[in-house]
Amino acid sequence: MDELKEVMITNDEIRTDEYLINMGPQHPSTHGVLRLLVQLEGEIVHNVQPHIGYIHSGIEKMAESLSYPQLGHLTDRMDYLSAIQNTEAVALCVENALQVEVPERVKYIRTIMAELSRLASHQLWWCVMGMDMGALTTFFYGLRDREDILDIFEETCGARLTLNYNIPGGVMFDIHPNFQRDVKAFIQKFKTKLPEYERLLSGNVIFTERTKGVAYLTKEDAIAWGVTGPTARASGFACDLRKHRPYSAYDKVQFKEILSDVGDTYTRYQVRMAEMWESISIIEQLIDNIPEGDHAVKMKGVVKLPEGEFYQRVETARGEFGVFIVSDGKKNPYRVKFRSPGFSNLFAINHIAKGWKIADLVAIMSTFDLVIPDIDR
Amino acid sequence: MKAIYNYIKEILQGIWTLLTGMRVTAKYFFTPWKHVTQQYPENRDTLKIADRFRGEVIMPHNENNEHKCTGCGICEINCPNGSIEIITKTLVNEEGKKKRAIDQHIYHLGMCTFCNLCIKACPTGAIVMGQRFEHAVWDRTLLTKVLNQPGSKIMEGVKE
Amino acid sequence: MAFNIYDFTTFTKSIHDGLSSQLSPTAVLAIEWTIVGLAYLLFVALFGLFLVYAERKVCAAFQQRLGPMRVGPWGLLQTIADFIKLLMKELITPKNADKFLYNLAPFIVIIVSFLVISVIPFAPGLVTFDFDIGIFFVTAVSSVGVIGILLAGWSSNNKYSLIGAMRSGAQIVSYELSVGLSLITMIILAGTMQISGIVEGQRDLWFIFKGHVPAVIAFFVFVIAGTAETNRGPFDLAEAESELTAGFHTEYSGIKFAFFFLAEYINLFIVAAMATTVFLGGWMPLHFGDFEGFNQIMDLIPGLFWFFFKVLAVMFLMMWFKWTFPRLRVDQILNLEWKYLLPINLFNILLMAAVVLFGLHF
Ligand code: SF4
Ligand code: SF4
Repeated sequence: MDELKEVMITNDEIRTDEYLINMGPQHPSTHGVLRLLVQLEGEIVHNVQPHIGYIHSGIEKMAESLSYPQLGHLTDRMDYLSAIQNTEAVALCVENALQVEVPERVKYIRTIMAELSRLASHQLWWCVMGMDMGALTTFFYGLRDREDILDIFEETCGARLTLNYNIPGGVMFDIHPNFQRDVKAFIQKFKTKLPEYERLLSGNVIFTERTKGVAYLTKEDAIAWGVTGPTARASGFACDLRKHRPYSAYDKVQFKEILSDVGDTYTRYQVRMAEMWESISIIEQLIDNIPEGDHAVKMKGVVKLPEGEFYQRVETARGEFGVFIVSDGKKNPYRVKFRSPGFSNLFAINHIAKGWKIADLVAIMSTFDLVIPDIDR
Repeated sequence: MKAIYNYIKEILQGIWTLLTGMRVTAKYFFTPWKHVTQQYPENRDTLKIADRFRGEVIMPHNENNEHKCTGCGICEINCPNGSIEIITKTLVNEEGKKKRAIDQHIYHLGMCTFCNLCIKACPTGAIVMGQRFEHAVWDRTLLTKVLNQPGSKIMEGVKE
Repeated sequence: MAFNIYDFTTFTKSIHDGLSSQLSPTAVLAIEWTIVGLAYLLFVALFGLFLVYAERKVCAAFQQRLGPMRVGPWGLLQTIADFIKLLMKELITPKNADKFLYNLAPFIVIIVSFLVISVIPFAPGLVTFDFDIGIFFVTAVSSVGVIGILLAGWSSNNKYSLIGAMRSGAQIVSYELSVGLSLITMIILAGTMQISGIVEGQRDLWFIFKGHVPAVIAFFVFVIAGTAETNRGPFDLAEAESELTAGFHTEYSGIKFAFFFLAEYINLFIVAAMATTVFLGGWMPLHFGDFEGFNQIMDLIPGLFWFFFKVLAVMFLMMWFKWTFPRLRVDQILNLEWKYLLPINLFNILLMAAVVLFGLHF
């Protein structure tokens, strides 16, 4: 009997050890130089610790030595997929501080551009999500359609990614004569492609099995961790600034805030898919009604903000992006702080990935839609 | 019985969703001529670059080798990353009046972020964005350019 | 059987007779083995290169791209260029790796692939071994390959490789079952395990038509399980690029990596060839019972052509899967096997037995 007991005890003590594995800084699914220190037991994730700072670029510090119009082009380089919205936040912040009222036309253009940029960002997110899940073909379909938007950007803004289009006081250029025609053509085309996305991935049984019921994020946790954007809306946290703090022309359009209270990976996916339809509808409402007028108000050669603190937030494709400017009345800001959505979203990952598998961790990262320069700015 | 029915239904539904996906890819497979990628260096001649495309900062000269730059240095101030350096010289005209003029408008392409701020700021419209985008060179020093051509003058009638 | 101009039996026989008249039997055997070995090497190298090229072009077409276009007309020489590149690359062995096993693993994987090819009949008379337990040999030998993968993962001293290897172990061991069982289903119909017998049995009608419902089910189960056994998408968990960088062969470089790569494509070929042989009649032309005229026209097309035509068709199906579906998770892959494929398979065997017993097949 004693012998047996001994055997049983040793058997109890046979256990699998946890081990640490470095996902990144060079890893195909971290989409940049993010390093996740993952504690695993077999395939099961016990702990995820994000280590950031591999491409820290010191944008906030650099901003202190730049003038306000120059600030915008740096924010392009943070979340490069939401370049339009980032510069919009800076522009709005400076305009509010100076109490400049921009023409209606500017507001409309900014909104359309922001929605196009959101679409482009979500397209890229979709195709990368497919790629992370192992469906490589989605990558090319997503990029194919994103290309059309980038062409529109190129025509009007002169660049494809780092656009520097919204400047304090208006937009850099007036829209290209072909802009409306091209946007409408794109919308027509994309409306036929989006159902294809759904057929290829959303409905796929492998995909739904892998994402449904995986990695829940509750509403409380979302709020507690400061998660915003589609990720939080999938958990039922109504945080769409376009709806609740309308800026630019968002108060003139009808759209739904996509909310769901499930909060698993699949919902986070579905919310973004539905947001694409909403973006399409917003663009459709505005594109024919762009009022005539100037594309910018004349600003002084040297923009000086009054002394004080100014904050402006916008909804980027990833969530709430905030610009906080402390001014001491000079032409350079005294201090600039950016509240980037990716940073807050990323750190909720440990909370929800625990207990799921490595493959799920990759899928979770995809649904958080991380852009690393946005985290490390 | 119900369980078996559900089991079979589940399988068939799963297969159906898979087939739906396969239909999408098959559609593209059987229309290979609709490919979206381009053969880049071969299609150089037919490549369409948007006329606003920001490829590099250039200073247009007219046929008499004249430009519009007054050497005011506003573009230099507006550039966020010091890509522009203005070196001026003093010209003395026939009446003996001194006048500032551009000596070298130095542009560091390697540092430029193509933000368009210099172009927007230039009071005389002396510089514009060029559409050339093939900037690769073997030597970094080649990226530093002098925009005003040697021996060029300012155009008549351009005021500061 | 009418004289078949495309039969290789006379050709091989004449070589054998010619050699035998000159040399001792041992020497004849040695020479013949060398010839066969070289022929297989040549075939594998060329067909492997072709498959890599084909896969790239096929996936490019699925993705609205053109694929390789630069080296040679339509990129035809691309894979050769890649192969030369791989040959010239440095062979890296990680520190603290188990050197012996690390170097051994790629050879196990590739040798196993070669072994299996040897029983596949390419055309009438074009087969090396023709045992009476051919099918059994295929299933038995092909499962040795997993040892190579496990060794590779274990010996590289890399956690990603280890995870990949473990996944692949679990996966291949389970899917062996389905492959075996679906083949057994067809053996019931064929009544023999000898591959030449199986092909011969499909003279009047291919088994997939002959065995109708159970045969079709078995075919799809075989293709799914076969894909899983070759570690190809959507079952490529062992490599799982987005999760494990490159899985079990993360640390391999140069020609050793090329071995894994080549083995993957040979395995793809093997699965397609087995599916062709067992379900689609091997090199047998499309025959329909009594339609003499039709059958004779079909006979004009050589067996070799029929074989490769069918193999490529099955391969295309597998590539189509791969480039459409997302990857399964490790628990789902086992679920799929144990909860779906295995019960279906067992049921299917019963069904097939009933069909054969009551003579319900065509
Ligand atoms: S485009 Fe921007 S970065 Fe480039 S030279 Fe002009 S101001 Fe400087
Ligand atoms: S380019 Fe324009 S802004 Fe710059 S120095 Fe010349 S005139 Fe002044």
